Amino acid sequence: MKHDFEPKIVAFVCTWCTYAGADLAGTSRLQYPPNVRVLKFPCTGRIDPVFILRAFQKGADGVLVSGCHPGDCHYMAGNYHARRRFAAFRKLLEFVGVDLERLQFSWVSAAEGGKWVEMVTGLTERVRTMGPLAEFKELEQAECWSGKLDTPELNEAYQEI
Amino acid sequence: MSRIGVFVCHCGENISRTVDVEQVAQAAGALSGVAHACDYKYMCSDPGQNLLKKAVADHNLEGIVVAACSPRMHEKTFRKAAASAGVNPFLVEMANIREHCSWVHEDKAEATAKASDIVTMLVERVKKDKALAPITVPVTKRALVIGGGIAGIQAALDIADCGHQVVLVEREPSIGGHMAQLSETFPTLDCSQCIMTPKMVDVANHPNITLHTYSEIEQVDGYIGNFRITVRKKARSVDMGKCTGCGVCMAKCPQKKIPNNFDRNLGTRPAIYVPFPQAVPNTPVIDRENCTWFKTGKCGVCQKVCGPGAVDYTQEDELIVEPVGAIVVATGFELYSIAEKPKGSPIKGYGEFGHGNLPDVIDGMTFERLASASGPTGGKIQRPSDGKEPKQIVFVQCVGSRAREKGISYCSKICCMYTAKHTMLYKHKVHDGQAYVFFMDARTPGKGYDEFWRRAVEEEEAVYIRGMVSRLYQKNDKIVVMGSDISVGVQVEIEADLVVLATAVQARSGADSLAQKLGISYDGYNFYSEAHAKLRPVECATAGVYLAGACQGPKDIPDSVSQASAAAAKVMTLFARDELEREPIVAKVVDRYCVGCLACKKVCPYGAVEEKEIRDRQGTLLKVVAFVNPGVCGGCGTCQATCPSKSVELDGYTDEQIMAMIEAL
Repeated sequence: MKHDFEPKIVAFVCTWCTYAGADLAGTSRLQYPPNVRVLKFPCTGRIDPVFILRAFQKGADGVLVSGCHPGDCHYMAGNYHARRRFAAFRKLLEFVGVDLERLQFSWVSAAEGGKWVEMVTGLTERVRTMGPLAEFKELEQAECWSGKLDTPELNEAYQEI
Repeated sequence: MSRIGVFVCHCGENISRTVDVEQVAQAAGALSGVAHACDYKYMCSDPGQNLLKKAVADHNLEGIVVAACSPRMHEKTFRKAAASAGVNPFLVEMANIREHCSWVHEDKAEATAKASDIVTMLVERVKKDKALAPITVPVTKRALVIGGGIAGIQAALDIADCGHQVVLVEREPSIGGHMAQLSETFPTLDCSQCIMTPKMVDVANHPNITLHTYSEIEQVDGYIGNFRITVRKKARSVDMGKCTGCGVCMAKCPQKKIPNNFDRNLGTRPAIYVPFPQAVPNTPVIDRENCTWFKTGKCGVCQKVCGPGAVDYTQEDELIVEPVGAIVVATGFELYSIAEKPKGSPIKGYGEFGHGNLPDVIDGMTFERLASASGPTGGKIQRPSDGKEPKQIVFVQCVGSRAREKGISYCSKICCMYTAKHTMLYKHKVHDGQAYVFFMDARTPGKGYDEFWRRAVEEEEAVYIRGMVSRLYQKNDKIVVMGSDISVGVQVEIEADLVVLATAVQARSGADSLAQKLGISYDGYNFYSEAHAKLRPVECATAGVYLAGACQGPKDIPDSVSQASAAAAKVMTLFARDELEREPIVAKVVDRYCVGCLACKKVCPYGAVEEKEIRDRQGTLLKVVAFVNPGVCGGCGTCQATCPSKSVELDGYTDEQIMAMIEAL
């Protein structure tokens, strides 16, 4: 089925649990929407919230962060640090006005290929109905200098100097 | 880096069926920095790898992206190939276009577009990759084996015979595990004790094996080649150095009514006991929960009668630290409870067939104890309620197994065979008795197994009824078994004297918490996961940890022994070298930027972060910075995400590398 809007979903996952879970979804030949791009990290503990902001800026409409279940971290405690970090980060995102429905945190173990499919499918469908996340992309465009030297804003700035 | 090679694999048809590989290669060829892009049917094959090596030479490639399967599958293969062609292995990236693309999407256009995107991201990443040199670490040539059942014993003996030190840790007071409880074993019907106990004695006498029984793993630190294991040796209340194993204490203990769990609670034992007469070590242990001295402070008989004065009520748990280089996990299984859900188990209890309240409805292991010459009845088949010899006996297979609604969808593998064995043992002891078996399928793959099962049916005249049992209930002194025979489509009702349920094999309770200590993964049933189902069946994904026996999934004795020997061989391969190379995925601090807040030290799960003083030539202290000990660092990268000044970098996962991928979205 074709839709008017195909969201771009970025997944930040740990290599030990969720990446392996996504591999299992593959070996089990489960099907899910092709909107997701996966970035592999050693641990969710390595995921800097800046990456999520940058992903939104570079065109992501939804972001999934997923690692090992609490207690199952390959590095003992990385996912606990991630959990705390993202609890605070979500508040910040909410404050700046991002709908938290665009950001999904989950635990998907190496044995949970089915759960991976659910997570990706759920987020893709949800974000599809929400439409594109325009604000961050505009921010990205504003950050990039257009190359023109005679924009009204620049002229105004020159006047002030 | 401007000379990148992209190699797109068809994986036979696995990728090319849904991804237009030629188009992916063509698109990759047009990316900036890509000097060469091609596709091939099987990149991982010998000609495929040669193609890669030749391309490196022809095009003077500096970085490589292989678009194929998961890096968990073949990253090592391609890194090795690249290394032999002179490219640093850490300048090789894998674009996973099989597990994450071709296998999970159907639309060819969409899948091709996604595959191209993935390749682009990895091309951008490889541009930021840095050549890394592997870190060499010394190997402690000492192994830890967890679990003293047949698998653990076999692994320990194999490693010890090879000349290496082995520490064997067993939770129970004696080694032996489930095999010591069995009467006879299929398909040869040889006595389990007769083949097991000599091995147990070998363990006890082996100069290279240190045995810690009645002990548990408290903590696991370190990594492959360099683990530090803290073992909790529980207070035995008997000094193992002084005890001669004479057994007077057990004979004199006035408290004799404690259900003997080794005999599945059929018999009783004293409060100071060895689980069974052939126990290794043959040193008793005081069950403090049931001992009168520990409950009331009165009695003390065992201490008075002990000649060598070995009984010590003041003994406390002891923590022992053992340095080891490799770990074999062989913690075995337990049987699914007929009664209620075991605490903490993800699996529901069966809760049917009398809920465990009918004394004459027993499980397979209880029948083993009844049939065992060393069991509570001396090998006579007597039913628990009144000691009568059962003349009609019903065996029910697949109790819990293959029943998704009960939480277990797998086959327990051993029940078909042991039930066939039970019918024979029964027939050999009760000649005028009749055995009935309710079964779904008879699964008998194994050398001599089907012949054995046929013998039970054809020669020993066990009546096999294909169908499940719906209800069991007590009627006078009989158990009425109601079931169906689906092969003829009739209801069956049998008045049995004894019913034996072949309950499912499940993971040990507490298997998950041990896995968490070891940092290994486990499946939804708490069975431990191997690194690869087919090609790495005894290794964990966590380096230096190996699996043996039923802790990985239901297994019979021959399979457990084979896997144990395989795990031992893996350990010996590791020990064959004095040093091993480990992946250089470790964190490094940039002294220039570090402000010494040591936030990284607080979050490091390995305690790898130390403080380093920076001094000028006169020795004046300039500042204190963090320093990551590369030998201890596990490479999780939590420090980097935490560092406020971004002065820690995890090699292989630097901000630059990750940002490059995000930029390419």
